[in-house]
This record gives sequence, structure tokens and C-alpha cells, in this order.
Amino acid sequence: MSEPSVALDVRELHAFYGKSHILQGVNLHVREGEIVGLLGRNGSGRSTTIKAIMGMVDNRGEVLWRGRNVLGLKAYEIAHLGLGYVPESRDVFPKLTVHQNLMLGEKGKGAVGRWSFDDMYSMFPRLRERQHTEAGVLSGGEQQMLTLCRTLMGNPQLIMIDEPTEGLAPAVVQQVAAYLRELKRRGMSVILVEQKLAIALEVSDRVYVMGDRRIVFEGTPAELKADAATRKEWLEV
Amino acid sequence: MSTLNGVSYGLLLFMLSAGLTLIFSMMGVLNFAHASFYMLGAYFAYQVSSWTNFWVAFVVAPLLVAVLGGLFERAVLRKTHRFGHVAELLVTFGLSFVILELVQLVWGRTAVDYRVPAALDGALFQLYNANFPTYRAFMMVVAIAMLLALFLVLRKTRIGLVIQAALTHPETTEALGHNVPRVFALVFAGGCALAALAGVIGGNAFITEPGMAQAVGAIIFVVVVVGGMGSLAGALIASLLIGLMQTFAIGLDWSFIGALKSVGVEVTPESFGYPLWKLKLSQVAPILPYLLLVVMLIVRPKGILGTRDD
Repeated sequence: MSEPSVALDVRELHAFYGKSHILQGVNLHVREGEIVGLLGRNGSGRSTTIKAIMGMVDNRGEVLWRGRNVLGLKAYEIAHLGLGYVPESRDVFPKLTVHQNLMLGEKGKGAVGRWSFDDMYSMFPRLRERQHTEAGVLSGGEQQMLTLCRTLMGNPQLIMIDEPTEGLAPAVVQQVAAYLRELKRRGMSVILVEQKLAIALEVSDRVYVMGDRRIVFEGTPAELKADAATRKEWLEV
Repeated sequence: MSTLNGVSYGLLLFMLSAGLTLIFSMMGVLNFAHASFYMLGAYFAYQVSSWTNFWVAFVVAPLLVAVLGGLFERAVLRKTHRFGHVAELLVTFGLSFVILELVQLVWGRTAVDYRVPAALDGALFQLYNANFPTYRAFMMVVAIAMLLALFLVLRKTRIGLVIQAALTHPETTEALGHNVPRVFALVFAGGCALAALAGVIGGNAFITEPGMAQAVGAIIFVVVVVGGMGSLAGALIASLLIGLMQTFAIGLDWSFIGALKSVGVEVTPESFGYPLWKLKLSQVAPILPYLLLVVMLIVRPKGILGTRDD
């Protein structure tokens, strides 16, 4: 069986915040239907990598999405080409209801995607109960569920998720893990930025480790588990 | 009677401050040229109505100003944005002078003869022996219709949702696939159109002259600050408050002498500070809004309904 084709191919990606050079030549790729974990300590450049792919920071290099270089496009144009981004900060629209937040995930009036409001509400029943509540008063976990679902409503073919389990209670972490497995079951490509090694190793097909603003390791979860030196130098605190 | 006059003036202020507030939420700085768009609305309406009639001007003038506003946002503001708030502020400040000079160049330095249309001239009804002008009623109807339309667009339509989201979280909104720069141009153009509409109906009720932007500009800044920066509901409350305050104050002859007399203190021309005590409320009416501004900034800096927490 031949491997699925490469969906996203990132070559020599550099990123800048003003004058500081944050990413120094990142290379990575994601195949169709593959979940790729992006690991590393805080400040290693993981969040910046996915922001740079999404066109949200100054960048240089090549970002090939299904063969087309999308670097230089605006974030909303990249979103329309099928890339989804879930921000780390649980950036819900606080004055709008849960349902309205989900509506804003949709990219056009009546755009039919693979995901429906019902899909979201059955993955996270808590959101159904609170659908008419202002998002600003939700708990941290509920806001995280909401941002995960909001991006899905735009029907991305590849979704980039920044630290979805950070600071969540174990029960909620389990729900997020179930969400990730559901994405996998439906054949979505995913880049998962994650701090919790256990979850990342469980759901990822392949992992990259970042350190010093570059990729320092690439391999399967099993290979990373076996590589004590890499874990000690770049992951363990 | 004063109440009705105050409410109609307050509603006019709201038409101006609504756009200013929306644009403030978007840019993070006040648009100094906002009142200039109000003036442009009045002059355009004067010009268009002299060629055709008032009703054509009523529709065309705000649209023209909206187009100008949209172009300014695209061509200038968007490019200035990355240089920070001070640059944005200065560029709108500069624009207000450009508009003022252009208006004086085209229409001269004196007031133009922009009049209330004949169909709306005259008294609608009498109350306590005073006439209530039909045109005042018309202003109120237009302002309330605009208020409702604004509410419905923001709350009930998809573009309204996108605007609300983009005003507070532009990056996230854009990453979800919404063309935020276009939304911003739309908000700016819409805010200018509202200001122009206020100019169309205010220019003939009051006076259309080059000083009109400055006269109202200061007041709407007071409205936006008192109401709470970025809050539409706050702007509505503050507009009505200031509208009522100004019209009531003009009609009242209260002074400190009267107030002191009622608590048993006699004030004569020999008393200390007599020139201050003899001032009538009607005489100080023009400074009341600024007094309110100062008090508000001391007591509650974020305004009536402001959400700013810094």
C-alpha cells in the first residue's frame, strides 16, 4: 500500500515579530489524513510555526498546500483554501452566544460542510446545553470545546490546533482526546501543538520536536519513546 | 416641549456618535474627522437638493459620503494602521483640516442657504402655546429608524455577527475565513454615512457653515467618552442626556443666587464672588457637557457603559 500523498509541505519557513527572527528554517510535512504532533518546550517556536503557516505573522519560505504555495496570502484567503486554525488563547467571541460563535466558524451563508451543529453538540453535549449562553461566561474547558468546534464549522481539510488541553481538568482532557480521535476517524489532517506528551504520543501518527526555533527530531511516537536523549534534551523539564 | 427638543437633538447626536463609536471599537482611536463627514453630508445635501430636491439629496448625500469614507479607509487608514495609533489619530486630524479647507474653497466661508423642505416646514402641533416644528418630528423619525436599522443589522444579520466579532477579535475572525479588512472598510463607510445622514437632516435644522463640524465635533467626543468608549448603548444614553441637558438649561433661569436664597442665604452685589453667583444656568449651558465630561472622567473614567478595563 502506497503512502497517502503529502497535503501540506513546509519548506525553510522563517518567521519574524518585528525585528526578532523567531523561526529559523522549519521543514515539515503532513500527509492526507495524518495527525502530526508538534512538540517542544514553551518558546521553542511551535505556536509561531502554525501561525506562520496560516499567514498570521511575517514569514518567508515556502508553504505548499496541495501543491500551491500559499505563503504571502492573507489569513482569510488561506482559510478559504481549507486550512483551519484553533488559537491557543481560547479566543471566543465573548459577547456572542455559543451558537453564534459556531455560526461565525462557517465560511459563507449556507456553506455545507462535513460538520453540522448537531455533530458539534453530540461531541460536546455541554455546548448544546449552553448554546444560548454568552461565550464569555463559559468555563475554560467549555471555551476550549467551543474554539475547537468553531473552526471545524468552516469545514477545513487540515486543522492546526494550538495547545488544546492546556490547563484543563482531566475529564475535559479526555473529551478533547475523543474529539481528536473523531477527526482521525473522519480522515482529517491535523497538526497538533501539544505539551502533554501522553496525549500527543497516543493520537499522533508522526511527531516533530522543536527546539531553538528549528525542528530537532522527526519520527513516529514509538521512535520518540525509544529516544531518551532527545526527550531529555528537548522535552523534559 | 423642551423634552421633545432635547430628545430630537440627542437623537441627532446619537446618529453622529454611533458611527464614531463603531469606528473607535475598530481602530482603537477616535476618528477626528468624523464631524467633518457630518459637515460634508450637509453640504452635499445642500448641493444635491439645489439641483434636484431634498428627497434625492436625503438618499444621495449619505451614499456619496460613504463612498468617500470607504476610499479614505482603503487608501490611507489601512496603510497607516501598522504605524500605530498615533499615526492613525494624526491622519484623521489632518483629514479634518483638508475637508474644512475644501468646503471653504467650494462653498465659501459663509453659511449656505440650505433650507428645510417646504413639505416639512411649519408646526406639527401646539403644546403649552409653543409650536413643535414638523421638521423636528421628522428628525426624530429618521433617527429612530436609523437606530432600529443599526440594531437589526448588528444583531440579526450574518454580516452584523462578523462585524461584532471582527471589532473585538480581528485576528481570530480573519483566521476563520472572514475578510476583515473589507469588514473594516464597510464599518468605516457605514459610520461616515450615518454622520452624513445626520448632516443632511441637521444642516437645515440648524445652520450649514464651515464651523459646523467643529461645533458638533467636541460635543460628540463628550458623548462617546461619557457613554463609554465603544459602547453603542452608552452612546445612546449619553446623547439623550446631553441633548436634554442643553435644551433644558437654555430654558431655565436658575442661578446660584436663587438657590442660596432658598436656603436662607442672601447674596448682594457686595458679596464675595458675585459675578459667579449671578450667572444663570442658561448662560452656562454651552459648558455643561464639558463639565459633565470632567465629572465623568473623575467619577467613572470608563463611561456609563464602557467595558474598557485599563
